[in-house]
Amino acid sequence: MQHFVIVGILVIVTTVLTYLGLDVAGLAKQQHPVAASAQSVSIDQLWHWEMIVISFLFAIIFVPMMYSLIAFRQKKGEMKDGEHMEGNTTLEITWTVVPLFLVVIFAYLGGWSLGEVNRVDPQALVINVRGAQFAWTFEYPEYGIVSNELHLPVDRQVVLKMTSADVLHSFWVPEFRLKQDVVPGRITEYRVTPTLVGDYKVRCAELCGTSHAYMENAVIVDTQADYDAWIIEQTEIAQQLAQTPEGQGRLLAVRNGCLGCHSLDGTPGTGPTWFNLFGKQENLDDGTTILVDEAYLAESILNPNAKIVAGFTSPSVMPAFVFTDEEIANIIVYIQTLK
Amino acid sequence: MKKFFTSALFKGLVWQVIGFFIGAGLVTGIRALMGLSTTDTFFFTEPAWVLGAFFGAISFLVGCGVTDDWIKWARGIETHDEHEEHWTGWEKYVNVSLDHKVIGIQYTLISLALIAIGGTFALIFRAELAASQLQFLTTEFQIFGQNGPQLYNTLMSLHGIVMIISILLGVSGIINYAVPLLIGAADMSFPRLNAFSYWIAVPAAITLISSLFLGGFDTGWTGYPPLSARAPVGMQMFFMGVFIAGWSSILGALNVVVTVLRMRAKGMTAMKMPIFVWAGLATSIIAMTATQFIGLAFQLVMFQRLFDMGFFDPSKGGNPVLFQHLFWFYSHPAVYVFILPGLGVISELLPVFVRKPLYGYRWIAMSSIGIALVGFVVWAHHMFTSGMNEYLRVPFMYSTLLVSVPTGVKFFSWVATMWKGKISTPTPMLFVLGAIVVFLMGGLSGPPHATVSTDLHLHDTYFVVGHFHDTIFGGFVFPFFAAIYYWFPKATGRRMNEFWGKVHFWLMTPSFFVVTFGMMYVGLLGMRRRIADYDPALGIDTSQLIITIAAFCIALSVLIFFINFFYSIKNGEKAEGNVWESRSPEWQVPSPMSLHNYPTPIEVVGEPYDYGLKDAPYTRFAPASKGKGKH
Repeated sequence: MQHFVIVGILVIVTTVLTYLGLDVAGLAKQQHPVAASAQSVSIDQLWHWEMIVISFLFAIIFVPMMYSLIAFRQKKGEMKDGEHMEGNTTLEITWTVVPLFLVVIFAYLGGWSLGEVNRVDPQALVINVRGAQFAWTFEYPEYGIVSNELHLPVDRQVVLKMTSADVLHSFWVPEFRLKQDVVPGRITEYRVTPTLVGDYKVRCAELCGTSHAYMENAVIVDTQADYDAWIIEQTEIAQQLAQTPEGQGRLLAVRNGCLGCHSLDGTPGTGPTWFNLFGKQENLDDGTTILVDEAYLAESILNPNAKIVAGFTSPSVMPAFVFTDEEIANIIVYIQTLK
Repeated sequence: MKKFFTSALFKGLVWQVIGFFIGAGLVTGIRALMGLSTTDTFFFTEPAWVLGAFFGAISFLVGCGVTDDWIKWARGIETHDEHEEHWTGWEKYVNVSLDHKVIGIQYTLISLALIAIGGTFALIFRAELAASQLQFLTTEFQIFGQNGPQLYNTLMSLHGIVMIISILLGVSGIINYAVPLLIGAADMSFPRLNAFSYWIAVPAAITLISSLFLGGFDTGWTGYPPLSARAPVGMQMFFMGVFIAGWSSILGALNVVVTVLRMRAKGMTAMKMPIFVWAGLATSIIAMTATQFIGLAFQLVMFQRLFDMGFFDPSKGGNPVLFQHLFWFYSHPAVYVFILPGLGVISELLPVFVRKPLYGYRWIAMSSIGIALVGFVVWAHHMFTSGMNEYLRVPFMYSTLLVSVPTGVKFFSWVATMWKGKISTPTPMLFVLGAIVVFLMGGLSGPPHATVSTDLHLHDTYFVVGHFHDTIFGGFVFPFFAAIYYWFPKATGRRMNEFWGKVHFWLMTPSFFVVTFGMMYVGLLGMRRRIADYDPALGIDTSQLIITIAAFCIALSVLIFFINFFYSIKNGEKAEGNVWESRSPEWQVPSPMSLHNYPTPIEVVGEPYDYGLKDAPYTRFAPASKGKGKH
């Protein structure tokens, strides 16, 4: 009996200590990064309950095991066997049925939490999302804006209608706690209500190839006023751009996710940078050099594998695009301006 | 050395190369006649590599001689039913043997070799992860037709699949060695099929690893299309390697099921079988019936690439999510294939070192079967974010959480077994205890993945990676080491060095906790799976460095194990008797075991784990006259 009392006390102490330890590490009350969405509330709540039960389950196995190791160890020179106990059916039934109840309770809570996460606001703002190796593009259909940054108004539900141009991707903003795969050939939905103004990042969570690690775009949660200002600014920019060939070229580059791999400021990426690209002598992987002119750029856009710049992946990971001649000319004009 | 060049292994390897060139040449010839291209980045075209790999595996099997008896039967030539051993020492293990003990050790050796290879891959990419930014696997780095980040993806993917194949072979190793001994059989039911199951794994492993040199593959071990439909030709070697290894699993499992059902000693009713036999049976039922699905899934992608079929290509009406269903319908039950034998080892060894009966024997036996059956209906919990039907997620949450019930029964029973025992802790027992604690961590970090909404955050992060490594180390790696330390004297007549065994344990266990807790921590902070580089803004550089250092400590401890293992074969302390004072039948005869195991048939006269009960043996040698008449 004395053994049971000691173990009982130790189990309680260990449960409390384990929970406090998790809490100090910042892992008990929430799943670490700051929570920035309405959906994260029920998710973090469920996580918190789970951490409490897990602390207890850890203690109830670990403590009697360690206690037995110390209290019931074989002393030196002792050759005796332990007590002959084969089992106890009541006990076995107890530790089958009690966990079964726990399972049902947590499955119920899981269902409740999932229901909270999926709660639909019919007034939700719709944004189209396109994932492609290795960048995200966001389209605001109401305003005709296309952007590489996702701006969201705070405290309003948005529904992202997502699709992929090539392979599987997964839309994950750790602060929102939600993740949804992006699948070619279908549209998947991601509902989120941002609650905390700030700068976050969407990080692709489904392995999508060589530069998967860098498939990250800015997600900015704005106050309603800032959001409105951004929308007006972007609409004006889009209208102005549409009037010049280089502006149209820039829009095409943004819409098609070109800038995910080709930087504008000379930093190396998955593909060659566009900064100072036009007119330079480029080294190819077969050892020859070539002058970057209209013909070379047009060929590289339509058939990325025709010529590979030295140091880049062969065969090219760039998808083959279909553009009209005018669109290609506009993109090239845009590249020419990048000096 | 001459002995090696005449061995079955060497002959098989030579024939594999010849077979490869026949297959590759055939395709290249046909393509030339049809006016198609005949060379590609890696000399042969992709179809040539695929058929070459397939032909190579088949000619390995014919060349090494494992199919000789079957070919003789087909030609009407009699063979000896009694298999005799022609080799001594290490030669046994590089030649075709029909003895289940030799095959069990062969499996164990190839498993250890693959652990070393897969572990080395892990060390390379773990070093890259020690700090953010790319240090040595940069875009300028070029090898095997891959640049640094591509090589990272290849090594990460190969680490996964090489370790998985290694575990499957290690599982076969323990089961093959121990099950016939535990049930008192002279051998497996189908000794030739048993040898075949082992030998087919050799060309499979070679095919798999050859992918590293053929441009690699960047999809992870899951090989999800559409990415896997676009990856370099190494992808095909991965598919082909797993496809062939699957045969080893299916045929080996079939053999175990038949052996357990038909070859038990007299008096060994179902509830008197050693508990490890229950685990082996449960695991074999899964391996025999589920492996086909991964073979099928991989074959479909193979054909999509070779023949332009659109199974998983949305532009042709295919469905990428279908692949995930097919893949996980095997690959989830597969993790129970990995862990059930390990949990069986824990249950089998624990009473020996606690000197007390296994608490709740029937419940533990039934929980193995329970886990195996429930394991078939949980696969879609890997796909909560995949875009499958949203409502399907709820039933899969229920079924997944249900797995914790039979698993809990095992934990409670183990603890009750230890209660009021007389516990001693030699090396095998240390690994058993380590296994229980590590597996507990794996078990406790599981439910947050099962409840769908929390998984929306955790899925595809390092939290999953940490959880997974806990379950596999607790469910397989620790018990595997325990089993090796425990049965090593049975196989060799010598025991492994106790001091270095303890060093191995005390170095590996704390390092391992640092690795997995570190992984879970960085995962919660935003570290995604399968990335070569991470955002320094996450603030996890220090944690990553500590994980890498701890990973190298694990490697060091395993190196100590390897040295101890090979040194002790010849130089270990002699141990021919019942070193662990076990009640199990294999320890009632001298070590090493003789060719057909027991000199006279054994029969069961008691309970397997009646420690603490005087004059109640489990088995005895059957009286000669009675025993023979019955068979």
